[in-house]
Order: sequence, then structure tokens, then C-alpha cells
Amino acid sequence: MTLLAAPAVLVIVALVVIPVGWLAAQSIYDNGFTLEHYRRIFTEEVYWRSFALTFRIALMVTVLTLLLGYPVAYAAAHAKRPWNVLILACVMLPFWTSVLVRAYAWLVLLQRTGVANQLLERFGLITEPLAMVHNELGTVIATVHILLPFMVLPLYSTMQKIPRELMLAGASLGGGPLYSFLRIFLPLSLPGVVAGLTLVFVLTLGFYITPELLGGGRTVMISMVVSRNVELYAQWGAASAVGVVLLTCVLAIFAAVGRIIPLDKMLGQK
Amino acid sequence: MAAEQIMFVSQGGAYQKAQTIAILDPSAKKLGITINQDSVPDAWPIMRSQVASGKPTWDVVDVATNFCLRGGEQGIVEKLDFSKIPNAAAMPAEYRSDYSVAYEFYSSVLGYNLKKFPDAASAPKSWADFWDVKKFPGRRSLRNHPLATLEAALMADGVAPDKLYPLDVERAFKKLEEIKPNITVWWTSGAQSAQLLNDGEVDMVMAWNGRISALTKEGAKVTYTYNQGILQSTSLCVLKGAPNLPTAIKFLNEAVDPVHQANLPLHIDYGPANPKAYDTKVISEARVKELPSAPENAKVQALMSYAWWTSPAGEAAEKRWLQFMQK
Repeated sequence: MTLLAAPAVLVIVALVVIPVGWLAAQSIYDNGFTLEHYRRIFTEEVYWRSFALTFRIALMVTVLTLLLGYPVAYAAAHAKRPWNVLILACVMLPFWTSVLVRAYAWLVLLQRTGVANQLLERFGLITEPLAMVHNELGTVIATVHILLPFMVLPLYSTMQKIPRELMLAGASLGGGPLYSFLRIFLPLSLPGVVAGLTLVFVLTLGFYITPELLGGGRTVMISMVVSRNVELYAQWGAASAVGVVLLTCVLAIFAAVGRIIPLDKMLGQK
Repeated sequence: MAAEQIMFVSQGGAYQKAQTIAILDPSAKKLGITINQDSVPDAWPIMRSQVASGKPTWDVVDVATNFCLRGGEQGIVEKLDFSKIPNAAAMPAEYRSDYSVAYEFYSSVLGYNLKKFPDAASAPKSWADFWDVKKFPGRRSLRNHPLATLEAALMADGVAPDKLYPLDVERAFKKLEEIKPNITVWWTSGAQSAQLLNDGEVDMVMAWNGRISALTKEGAKVTYTYNQGILQSTSLCVLKGAPNLPTAIKFLNEAVDPVHQANLPLHIDYGPANPKAYDTKVISEARVKELPSAPENAKVQALMSYAWWTSPAGEAAEKRWLQFMQK
């Protein structure tokens, strides 16, 4: 068994361990050992603001994708063919379109002269176009759309495995639909919820092109700070250090979640 | 023996296509060399890592001049022997450095929507007008980058275009704070600046002249003024330890040849860096009037000092930008 795993281990070492080790090394080695890059992250306000903003956006996006994704996954898990396929296709098709294209599409939809504002104006709901892009709102809308599949898919795979008979049993014992849902279905779907929350949260932390295009310049997420660091500072160390801190945050989140629910279960295995 | 060759790196898009027709292909033919091309929108980090690796594969890069200068300082680009680049002799001293030779000029200009400001007499004409939100109401956009933006702020505050350097950074940021609440978008790519103006997302923008004139050609109701534009250049420089150094230098000289240089504006709205190009008669008189580096237009603009921007004060100003954007 151990021998069979060797190729996989080699691949992981080559593609993950070495690059991440290299990243970590660069962040502390700069013509000799230095903690200067970390000192900068922990003392300069620029970094704090970006980390705070990034976590706030990630939190908003995560909550919104759950609220939107749960009913969709529920519908897909309960609908009969071909409806369930159709629902899943609607979730997956945008998923296969480039992130850049989708970000621009949102720009076209939401900008001042965009479709959304024109419709609202035509129906007399607004007199001045709403500022829906080039700010935090635009970033959140587009990010939610892009990451929705990462919420729907784990939810769907968990919900599918919940035996229907349990709900019938609940009903036969006199539980109303809402009561049965809250006492039976919801708790059983929680592993999917946790998986979805974790995936979306972690992915949002690293988002780059969407806030860059839809954030209007003021929405400076941490990935943008990394990119600016590469441009600004002569050394890669500054950018590496930010990357290491972000990676540590992500690992901490996974570790914390892993205590509640094992990783393999979270990612959809039985 | 195989023919000599170099790897040339530029920024891609319509610009690289234009220079291929105007400069690269004719140079390759004249010198009997092969010019391989690569394009990278942001070459600086790659230049660094190529040289750090000890085995660069690039020879010549066409980048914003400050990167050539910074590269020179940090030992990333080769020092040039101008005796081997005789075509550069006709260029003003400020177009050259020990490490770079200017290649083409563009300008950060004040562009605006003609539907919003249809009358030339009452349209914004200066950075002071751009800053004047009472007299010129409307939505505005600036580049999310300190280069040229600090210069514009100082001109808005009354500094003459030829008295900008060394930049009074404190004063510039103070002036920027003033306009900040009225900036709808801080753009990050040239394409974005054009899109913002074209879609009516903003009424006024600081953008590169070529981006706005491209919109005009497509029929958009937009225009710009060269008045108080900030004249900027990309330069050619050679990576330290370039695999084909002698050929690269030969190419550098050929690239600033007046006739090749004069060819460039026939294909894109950027100006030649070699002023002799304007004497070749290759560029029509009507065309000359549209080019940022044409003497008449250069006169009303400020020439960016890349030497200042690569100085410690310039780099400090660049670092301060991120802080300014977040508050």
C-alpha cells in the first residue's frame, strides 16, 4: 500500500511541498535571515485593512452563497429527471465560463448604463442609476455568482444521500413538513453545508481578478496587495510573506473545520 | 552557422502588432536576423526572475522607462555602449539613460465625453478643470497608479508643467485627497479606462491618448486634450547576461532608426521617440498633429522624469499610493 502511494506522494512533493517551501523560504531569507517582511505585515496598517476587508467580503459571499445555494441544491436533489439535470446544468454552465468573461458580463449588466439600471429606470423604480459596480457591492455580487457552484455541489451530493424514507417516517409519526425538515433533513445536510462554507470562504480569500475589475480600485483584497508588492518592492519576500500569512489562515480554517467534520467527509466522500 | 536571433518582449495587443509591422519586421530584414517575440503585460517581475535564474532567455524588453532605470540600478539590465547605437545620438539627452533608449511616446491626457461637454469652449482643458467639480460636474476616473497621477494633481494645484520635479509628494497627495470622493473608478488597465469613457460610466478620465483616439475612430463621442498631458515613454533595454547581447545591441540601434520610427505612427497612435522621424516626411502633416511627441504637442505637455520616479523619493511615493487608496 505504502509503495503504491509513492507516485502520488512524489507528485504532491513536486507540486505542493517544494513551491510552498520555496515561498516560505523567500519570505524569511533575503541576503540572510530576516523577519522584516513579517514585521511590515503586522505593523503596517495597509496590510491590516486588506486582511480585514478580505475576510469581511469572504464572510458576506459565504453567507449569500449558502442562502442562494441551499434551495437550489434542495430542488436539484428532489426533482425528477430531467428537471434535476436541468437545474444542475444551470449551475454548471456558468462554472465552465472563464472568470474574466463573467466579471466583464457583470460589469455590462450592472454599470450605470447597464441592463439592470436601464430596466429599473424604465419601470420608474429609480431616477438616478444605482452604483452597483466599481465598489464592494459589485465585487460581492460577481464573486457570489462565480462561487455558487462550489456551494451547490457539495450540498447536492450530501442531500442526495439522505434517505427519503426518513422524511416519510417523520411524517408518519405526525411531524409537519417544516418540523421534519428542521429535525431530520437540515441536520443530515450539515456536512454539505460545512463543506460548501469552507470551500467558498477559502476561495474568496484568494480572489483577484473580480475585485480588480469590479471593485473600482478601492476594494483592495489581499491578493491585490500581493501583486502590488511584487511590483513595488524590489524583493519577492514581501509578497511571499503575505502569501504565507494567507496560507496559514486557510490551513487554520481547514484545521478548525476538520475538528468538527473530517476532511474526506467534507469533500463529499462517504 | 545559424542566423543570428534575439528574443524581443513587449506588451502585446494592437501595440505589439503595430510595432511588428513598423519596426520589428523591417529591422529583422535589414539586419538579416530573426526576431522572436513574446508578450507580457507586466514584464518587471519576470525580468527580475529571469536574471536571478542566471540563464535569461529574453534579450530585449520594451517596458515603461522606469523599469529599465530600476533594472539598471539593481543589475538586471545591461549598461549600454551608445557608440554602438549611433541612431540614438539625435535624441535629446532626457530620452536616454545609461541603461535605456526611448522607443515610443504616449501621453496621459485628460479625456472627456463630448455628449457631456459638447462645446469646446466650455469643456475641461486642464487638470485644474478636472479638479473643479463645481464648474465641471460629472463622474471622473483616474488611474490606480501614482505615475502621472501625482503630476496631474500638482498641475491642478498650480505647478507649471516644467517645474514639477522633484515632485512635492506631500502637496500632490493633499490635492488628490480633495478629488478622491469624486473619483468613481480608479482604473487598472488601459482597456478599462476606454470602456469606462465609452460606456458613459464616467464623463472625464485621465487615460492614454491612444486609447481615446481608438474610441474616436470607432465613432464614440469622446475626445481629449494634449494640454498638460504627461508625456511618457517606453524604452528598450537589454537583460543582464542576455544570450544574444551583440545582436540585441544591433537591434537597439535599428529600432530607433528614423524611418522605422516614423513607420510606427502609421499603424498606432503613439509617437516616435527619435525626433528625426519627423524629418523623414514619412508621417503626413495631419498625422503629426495627432502625435504626442510631435514638437507642437510636446510643448504643452510635461515630460515625465523617470529618473525621479526611480529615486528613493519616487519609490517612497509609489509605496504610499497603496495606503492612499485604502483610506
